[in-house]
Amino acid sequence: MTSQAILQIKNLSISFPSESGMVQAVRNVSLDIYPGEVLGLVGESGSGKSVLSLSTIGLLPNSATVTGEVILNGRNLLELNDQEMSKHRGKDISMIFQDPLSALNPVQTIGHQIAEALLIHQDISYEQAFQRAGELLDEMRIPKPFERAKSYPHEFSGGMRQRVMIALAIANAPKIILADEPSTALDVTVQAQVLQLLKRASELTGAAVVLVTHDMGVVAGLADRIAIMYSGRIVEEGPIEQVFAKPGMPYTVGLIRSIPRIDAKQKRKLVSIAGSPPLPVDLPPGCAFAPRCPARQDICETKLPELESLSGEQRVACLRKDEIQNLIATGDLYSTEETSTIDQSKSGETILSVENLSKSFPVFKGAVLRRRIGSVHAVDDISFSLSEGRCLAIVGESGCGKTTTLLEIMNLVAPEKGRIVVFGKDVSEISKSERLALRKDLQIVFQDPFASLDPRMPIGEIIIEQLQVFKVPKVEQMARMQELLEIVGLDPAHANRFPAEFSGGQRQRIAIARALALNPKILILDEPVSALDVSVRAGVLNLLADLQKKLRISYLLVSHDLSVVQHVADFVAVMYLGSVVESGPVDTVFNHPRHPYTQALLSAVPIPDPVAEKTRERIILEGELPSPMNPPSGCRFHNRCHVRQTLAPKDQEHCATTRPVLLAQAGNLVACHHPIGQ
Amino acid sequence: MSKKNEASLSRRQLLRRRFFRNKSAVFGLVCLMIVVFLAVFGPSLSPWSWNLSDENGLDFNAFTESPYGGGLTAPSFDDGHYFGTSQVGADVFAQTMRGLQKSLLIGLLVAVFSTSIAAIVGASAGYLMGKTDRALMWLVDLLLVLPSFLLLAILSKWYQSSGWLLLVVLLAIFNWMITARIVRSVSMSLRERDFIRAARYMGVPTRKIITKHLIPNMASLLIIDGTLNVGGAILSETGLSYLGFGVRAPDVSLGSLIAEGTASAITFPWLFMFSGGLLIITVLAVSLIGDGLRDAFDPGSRSGKKS
Repeated sequence: MTSQAILQIKNLSISFPSESGMVQAVRNVSLDIYPGEVLGLVGESGSGKSVLSLSTIGLLPNSATVTGEVILNGRNLLELNDQEMSKHRGKDISMIFQDPLSALNPVQTIGHQIAEALLIHQDISYEQAFQRAGELLDEMRIPKPFERAKSYPHEFSGGMRQRVMIALAIANAPKIILADEPSTALDVTVQAQVLQLLKRASELTGAAVVLVTHDMGVVAGLADRIAIMYSGRIVEEGPIEQVFAKPGMPYTVGLIRSIPRIDAKQKRKLVSIAGSPPLPVDLPPGCAFAPRCPARQDICETKLPELESLSGEQRVACLRKDEIQNLIATGDLYSTEETSTIDQSKSGETILSVENLSKSFPVFKGAVLRRRIGSVHAVDDISFSLSEGRCLAIVGESGCGKTTTLLEIMNLVAPEKGRIVVFGKDVSEISKSERLALRKDLQIVFQDPFASLDPRMPIGEIIIEQLQVFKVPKVEQMARMQELLEIVGLDPAHANRFPAEFSGGQRQRIAIARALALNPKILILDEPVSALDVSVRAGVLNLLADLQKKLRISYLLVSHDLSVVQHVADFVAVMYLGSVVESGPVDTVFNHPRHPYTQALLSAVPIPDPVAEKTRERIILEGELPSPMNPPSGCRFHNRCHVRQTLAPKDQEHCATTRPVLLAQAGNLVACHHPIGQ
Repeated sequence: MSKKNEASLSRRQLLRRRFFRNKSAVFGLVCLMIVVFLAVFGPSLSPWSWNLSDENGLDFNAFTESPYGGGLTAPSFDDGHYFGTSQVGADVFAQTMRGLQKSLLIGLLVAVFSTSIAAIVGASAGYLMGKTDRALMWLVDLLLVLPSFLLLAILSKWYQSSGWLLLVVLLAIFNWMITARIVRSVSMSLRERDFIRAARYMGVPTRKIITKHLIPNMASLLIIDGTLNVGGAILSETGLSYLGFGVRAPDVSLGSLIAEGTASAITFPWLFMFSGGLLIITVLAVSLIGDGLRDAFDPGSRSGKKS
């Protein structure tokens, strides 16, 4: 960069006292931020990225010990007290938080909150400020901005609130906008909208954006420069294209290659980085990544690598940085084999089928006299089937009814409407003992491994719990427990530890081991990796793929992450507002989507490749998922549909009044009056 | 081999290991063991008997030799009155040991009974919901509005003739309701957690879900409640005894001894000091053990962690 840096971080170290010693959250970090650029600050949870960004705006807790300098306009921000710092906050540096609901004051109107921010730094009247607030909301493409300025935060949806946050952040035309995971809490289609607006915000104000995130895909699409943090240090930094094309640090290599890509032509086994990040207490003297590094040498454990230039502006902290590219070329670093795909032609028997399933929840109103004011149609007339040894994925945004569908299946009782048939038995006709027997063959892995394991039970006992239910002899229980722990890649000697002593990825492995205890034929996976850190996700996904091959289990996978689905599943059903809009084999659905929603969903998924990500055409849907309490008439997608806008008025009317049914369209089943490619 | 052994440790063994690593809990356990030892073997350590009607019950020497002209000799080892004698020349040591026996039994039993009832009723109501919940909560509310002290007083004629065990049952019956309500609300939030749902989907029977998942996850709550109940039960028995409804003379409990001794607490401190001291030690030891058990149960706590 030729221009002068607007914010310079020099030798910054931050630590916090904790019961087990000093936590070194940030260790000797130096970073320059240039005007107008988007800098992606990437790292896993606990890598210190959030602490680093908070330190520049002076929002660290008082217990933090900070050394080093943060220089803005020639002044060291770390020397300023809170009052002096307040002059810079909002005006020079502003912040967008991850959760917009807790970042906005629930008892004040949106317009008032933006106006308040304006009045602090600018000498204008309240009326002018409120007027300006409306203009800012308009810039953020909020419909009817001047009316909406009088609304309260709870009247906005998640994506809209994040737009308000961005409007708030650019209100005083700051020089730097810190965005801490701005799109993590949002759905894919909404995420795409918000990221685009963030880019727009940066263009409008000329501010530099520091995008703090764990998602390489988001960074690839938006950032000009990337800094990767590991264990409190920046391990690699440089222009984004260069870093992605020729990474110089094994961690970066692993991170890039551990993410399943939706545009992948062939299914490759994902790179899985062994182990988990070190605790930030008592860090080893050498490279913090050394214990997990495939290119580790003895010297790595004692000598701390400095961040040094590799080529051009790319800087890398690795003792072997010059050799890494050669190691990749020779296949010595994270070698990946192609996964042998399961023979598609041999179609197994149908073992689970769901026919016309519906489920609604009553909605009540009133505290004293509760009366039913309607119902939420969480699942509305869906059908699908799963054959032996296959993986069927249900995808959709939050609130589309995918989890409700799973729970309906797991309950094994007669559904509100429709039929659920498991292994040829209709669940509404089975006896209590038959239902219990079915539980043997049908197991579930939940999304959050922190909630799904009983914290008061040693993991060994958690795993054999179902064996006890089915009265397996004690000796076999122990043997099976050890075997299961080995299958999922854990040390059987740890069987008497409690779940709290394991990391997220390990816990998910325990949850998988528990589900496998009685060799189930169907395993239901409810977002199995979404709660895990990026580098451990690949390990769990690989494990699931291996198990399917080895044990011929059928998976029913639910996910909002299409790249995971692409990697794992054979068949996919796309859900929108409680109904299936498209289904078919993954390859055909993902490569040739027929339904406009599928197309938009696919185009919203970020690809961890800056070149591909920045050149591809995106379809950005307008609006958000309507409330399932009163779904739109006709085709439920019609009010957000980008294809409908191009149709003749008569056809548009047809979409709004008549509900399409699932029809076969070149291999897929599509529910659309005007499928793409016709 | 050693690895295998470690892997096959059961939860009970683990709990034991974590408990014994906790020094204050072990101290509490030792104290309680000494107190229990005293309660069991104490009476046989003294030549005197607690029972006034017994021939060894009253020391007429002490009665006449005392400088105060009555009983009330100060504690000494020479004549076997380790804790001194009372106004009528009865041996305080023997009485205290007998009282300790009674109070310990009453306190521990009431605590165990009432906390168990609270756990089972609360967890069942919270987990099963619906009709079971309504019926059980109706019972809880009914018992809550009954004036328990008054009822105990009225029923005292009846239980005094049929032994102290009935007193324990009655004390327990009027003591569990509030805990049961707390347990119910905790269960209601626990039942929505994924691990309970996972157990249900594995076909674990309801009874087992309640005993193996719900109750262990409320262990700290129940243990604290149980330890508080030990003290509470001893104290309410004291109150009843003081008013003449609980343990009645000639039988004694720590409560009735303290009640008798407080009148002359400053002039003849040995009358209540020992019984009061033992009461404090007992309650303290039980709560230290309670703390240790809670830490052993709770994998998140620091003291038991390094397993």
